[in-house]
Amino acid sequence: MQNVIVVRNLFKDYVTAAGLFPVLKEVELQIDKGDYVAIMGPSGSGKSTFMNILGCLDKPSSGEYILDGHHVDKLESDDLAKVRNQTIGFVFQGFNLLSRSNLLDNVALPLVYTGVEKEERHARARQLLEKVGLGKHVDSRPNQISGGQQQRVAIARALINNPRLLLADEPTGNLDSKTSEEIMELFGNLNREGITIVVVTHELDIAAHASRQVRFLDGRIVEDVRTHPISEPV
Amino acid sequence: MFSAMLGEAWHAMGANRLRTFLTMLGMVIGVGAVVLMMAVGQGAQYSVAQSISSMGSNLLIVLSAPPGMGGSARSASGSGPSLTINDSEAIAELDNVSGVAPSTNSSAQVIYGSNNWNTSVIGTTPSYLDVRSWNLVEGYAFSDSDIRSATRVALIGQTVAKNLFGDDIDPIGKTIRIKQSPFVVLGVLDRKGQNLDGRDQDDTIIVPLTTAQRKLFGSQFSTTVRMIMVQADSAKALPFVEQDVNSLLRQRHRIREGSDSDFFVRNLTALADSAAETTKTMSLLLGAIASVSLLVGGIGIMNIMLVSVTERTREIGIRMAIGARERDILMQFLLEAIVISIIGCLIGIVIGVGGALLVNMLTQAAVVISGDSIMIAFGVAASVGVFFGFYPARMAARLNPIEALRYQ
Ligand SMILES: Nc1ncnc2c1ncn2[C@@H]1O[C@H](COP(=O)(O)OP(=O)(O)OP(=O)(O)O)[C@@H](O)[C@H]1O
Ligand SMILES: [Mg+2]
Repeated sequence: MQNVIVVRNLFKDYVTAAGLFPVLKEVELQIDKGDYVAIMGPSGSGKSTFMNILGCLDKPSSGEYILDGHHVDKLESDDLAKVRNQTIGFVFQGFNLLSRSNLLDNVALPLVYTGVEKEERHARARQLLEKVGLGKHVDSRPNQISGGQQQRVAIARALINNPRLLLADEPTGNLDSKTSEEIMELFGNLNREGITIVVVTHELDIAAHASRQVRFLDGRIVEDVRTHPISEPV
Repeated sequence: MFSAMLGEAWHAMGANRLRTFLTMLGMVIGVGAVVLMMAVGQGAQYSVAQSISSMGSNLLIVLSAPPGMGGSARSASGSGPSLTINDSEAIAELDNVSGVAPSTNSSAQVIYGSNNWNTSVIGTTPSYLDVRSWNLVEGYAFSDSDIRSATRVALIGQTVAKNLFGDDIDPIGKTIRIKQSPFVVLGVLDRKGQNLDGRDQDDTIIVPLTTAQRKLFGSQFSTTVRMIMVQADSAKALPFVEQDVNSLLRQRHRIREGSDSDFFVRNLTALADSAAETTKTMSLLLGAIASVSLLVGGIGIMNIMLVSVTERTREIGIRMAIGARERDILMQFLLEAIVISIIGCLIGIVIGVGGALLVNMLTQAAVVISGDSIMIAFGVAASVGVFFGFYPARMAARLNPIEALRYQ
């Protein structure tokens, strides 16, 4: 089995006015290809901080982060941008869509930075919007659709470059339970297609969709249990 | 990629139309002012250059001092002009003098048929036309024999021709009356336009000096002339000729060492140069003032771009999170500033050119709209966009993705 993520002895301190503020301490984690991991833990335990590092949005203070065989902890800003663009899909709690652009352009946006031509950008975005059940809304604006639909758009955007890794920080945090369930179903389908998924959540029933549950407490991993085997791609 | 970014810039500008318009307005006004001021300034330079070349080249002009101004024995004795035809002949003998034309002028009523016109009549010798490089468009000039026999012939300027004869009648050979005396029109002078003082040089009639002295002007001009034009054979020789004329005339007029002359020598070329210099300075000044408004327009762009970067911090975070590199963000904002300034510039050019044409229509002042000045305005505007857009754009590009995403 190939490791998609290897994290070794990772520390993260925030520099604040009061001095160094350690958030992540000695974090060790390996995630295999095709795994579906839920990260849990109380508020302030460092889950988002960890996810941001996994997503190459932030850098660790020390320690190793090997993504897909590459030492991303040592990459420069342009290379990190490329990793974010092509290897990782990130889904946020707050959707983070561009409110001025329509759904098609929102989903196609990462391809602009990949350097893909307009026709192909739009063709692929349309295809993904259909996949998440929003094929009829390509011309709508984000504020014209529901929160659950917005999160589907964000997922479509995260998937557009066929990432190896899908990261989601409380993707259902702003959604009601029924909509949350639909989103988790979508995640389950994606995982069965072979995408490695890491999802942060507070809710046990959400975490239950994952194959493995990792619990953070005060910046350390305190529990790591597998509830399902890693799914084989169909 | 580039076209996608251009589209984004267009999109962003469209999202806040009023603001974009107001930002652009600064640019429009700046560029419009530069184009207009350059057109007016260059127009002024052009008309000065025109009048200078219409004057004739390498010229000195010797004027009789008006009574009371020279303070010399002669003018104090009460007589009028001090220069004579003999003076002029003596000057012609000097080294480096290629032409001399004594002349006297006075205004007079001219009549042809039922048309009458008040114009300036110049009595002079045939060399006057050479010295001033003034050609005839029709007919021929009078000659030295006309001077000797004081014939009543005349050369008329374009303005006079138009006012006395209109467009349909050929003036050549017609008899006009100058101060009641009949004169035959021998020729029509070429167009000269305005002189440096703004006087219409085509509003004139030239007659033989002797005829003018005897028939037209008062007794004070029966042997004297009001001025003598002296042409040096080169610009280099001009100062020496000036000195020689001065000392020759002082000697001829028996002016003691230390007393004032009863004449003036003016170096027209030097006057013309200083006039050209003045208009050049003026147009530079106009350009400089206009450039300030361009600068202000640029600062307006920078201001709005800074606001825009702050407002769109979250958007920048989102873009970075999905793979935008620093240079992509930099380009996005830079492009926006450049697009605003270039569109503003294009509108400004249209308005500046329109304004210049309007000035030309309303005041008849010459305006010169050169491709150069438009290219300069365009180049400056684009640089202003880059220069003032760069700092906000870099600020955007340097944002940390996490902090940008967290920005509310
Ligand atoms: N930029 C920052 N500067 C300083 N401290 C920070 C910064 N970001 C987060 N922290 C601190 O780090 C700790 C962990 O924050 P983090 O957002 O990772 O927690 P979390 O586990 O995601 O919590 P939640 O479940 O509420 O989202 C918190 O105590 C927080 O105050
Ligand atoms: Mg969090």
